Amino acid sequence: MDLLIPEVGTIIWMLIAAGIVFFILVKWGFPIITDMVDKRNEYIDKSLDAAKKANERLAGIQTECDALLKETRAEQARILKEAADRRDEIIADAENRAKESGDKIISDAREQIRLEKEEALRSLRRQVAELSVQVAEKVVRKQLDSSDEQLSMIDRMIDDVKTGK
Amino acid sequence: MVVPAVAQEPAQDETVDVKEIIFGHLKDSYHWHIITIGEKEISLHLPVMLYSKVSGWHFFMSDKLEGTDGYDGFRIAADGAYAGKLVEIQPDGTELKPLDLSLTKVALGVIINSLLLCVIVMCTARWYRRHKATDPAPGGFVGLMEYVVAMIVDDVVKPSVGKDYKRYAPLLLTIFFFILLSNIMGLIPIFPAGANVTGNIAITLTLALVTFFTVNVFGNREYWKEILWPDVPVFLKAPVPLLPFIEIVGIFTKPFALTVRLFANITAGHAIILSLTCVIFITAKMGPVIGAPMTVLSVFFMIFMNFLELLVAYIQAYVFTMLSAVFIGLAHPEEHHASEKEPTANSQQPTADHNVVIKENTLTT
Repeated sequence: MDLLIPEVGTIIWMLIAAGIVFFILVKWGFPIITDMVDKRNEYIDKSLDAAKKANERLAGIQTECDALLKETRAEQARILKEAADRRDEIIADAENRAKESGDKIISDAREQIRLEKEEALRSLRRQVAELSVQVAEKVVRKQLDSSDEQLSMIDRMIDDVKTGK
Repeated sequence: MVVPAVAQEPAQDETVDVKEIIFGHLKDSYHWHIITIGEKEISLHLPVMLYSKVSGWHFFMSDKLEGTDGYDGFRIAADGAYAGKLVEIQPDGTELKPLDLSLTKVALGVIINSLLLCVIVMCTARWYRRHKATDPAPGGFVGLMEYVVAMIVDDVVKPSVGKDYKRYAPLLLTIFFFILLSNIMGLIPIFPAGANVTGNIAITLTLALVTFFTVNVFGNREYWKEILWPDVPVFLKAPVPLLPFIEIVGIFTKPFALTVRLFANITAGHAIILSLTCVIFITAKMGPVIGAPMTVLSVFFMIFMNFLELLVAYIQAYVFTMLSAVFIGLAHPEEHHASEKEPTANSQQPTADHNVVIKENTLTT
């Protein structure tokens, strides 16, 4: 059947037309499209990769943040504790010092009191001695009429003084 | 293209010649019938180019052939070996076939389809020239083209051709789109579409020859070695080269299969649609009682067949491209002898001689 016999003229026309079309499309048509599709795929892959990396970094930053926060909290607690300790120490120190200075003041006052008391006693003794001497003068003046009595008196007094010393 | 052809029939003859209608469409012709309005027939007359060994070159338009006596000693043979073709009438009354380079309907269809394909693909490529890879993906028609291109490259070319696929992708894409466009254009019955391009065996033969030359010109040494000296027992290839003979026949059966597959599928599809169309005109003569329901049924089947043919148009383009890709892939076999022999050698030899064995293998291959 002639339907099954290829016609030479048709083949020649087809070769010319298809040859030109194939040349144009193979050279300038499809490579541009396929290259672009490849490039875009590459770009998408790269972008996905970059996004993945960014996510990973973000996660890293998150954990870093958490660690930093934890560290800071610990530091805060430590500082607070130190401050409390220091406060207690200062208070105790102040108390000690107050106590010491109080004791000192009290002991100073006591000494003062003691000294003043002694002073007072001393002046009292002197007054008493003066009064005694005056009394003794008056007595002596009255008694020193007889020489015997004067002499015994002097002896006695010397003895007294001797024993008194 | 079908309806007018039938409409002119009753004027001349009262019976519907189904065979004539179907083959009239499937076969090539010297003029392109566009439409018949009433009695007036509008067709495009195409240039005829002939070279005769007897009378040399002849150029004229096909409208001069309309009479029965022909023109310039040439006429369209009514029957015989060259029925439907231009023949030169010899003085003794015998017919001689000249070298016919006429721009026939199919040839013009090829040119129209080629131009359309160029416009479509170059317009798509222009979008890519004007955009960067970092721009958003295209939409609309360019997006559709990109989708089909990516699908053919990823699903057909890449797995079939192998690692060297980028070299052959543009050619295979061109084959695919040329066949797809020609198939679809063949289904549209209005000028400038309607030429039965891929249902012409000369066209499918040329397309198969493109594949044939691509396969055999770019085939590597391993491919030719497998054909001429395949890896089989010696008595199969010498002294009688039984297997090489089969392999060499195989080289030529591959493009032949491509040729016939595409031609037969498209021809069969067109024949079925045309037959269903003819049902309307045959049954119309039997009266309105039979004619009306049969017309409805026929139209229903025609719609169904047209959808089916649209699917076939795609499938045949896909199959042609896929088989071309597979044949190209087969022409680029890897040198696999070393890797084939290595495991058996390893199983025999302990690991101490491992490197020596591999070296020996590579030397022998």
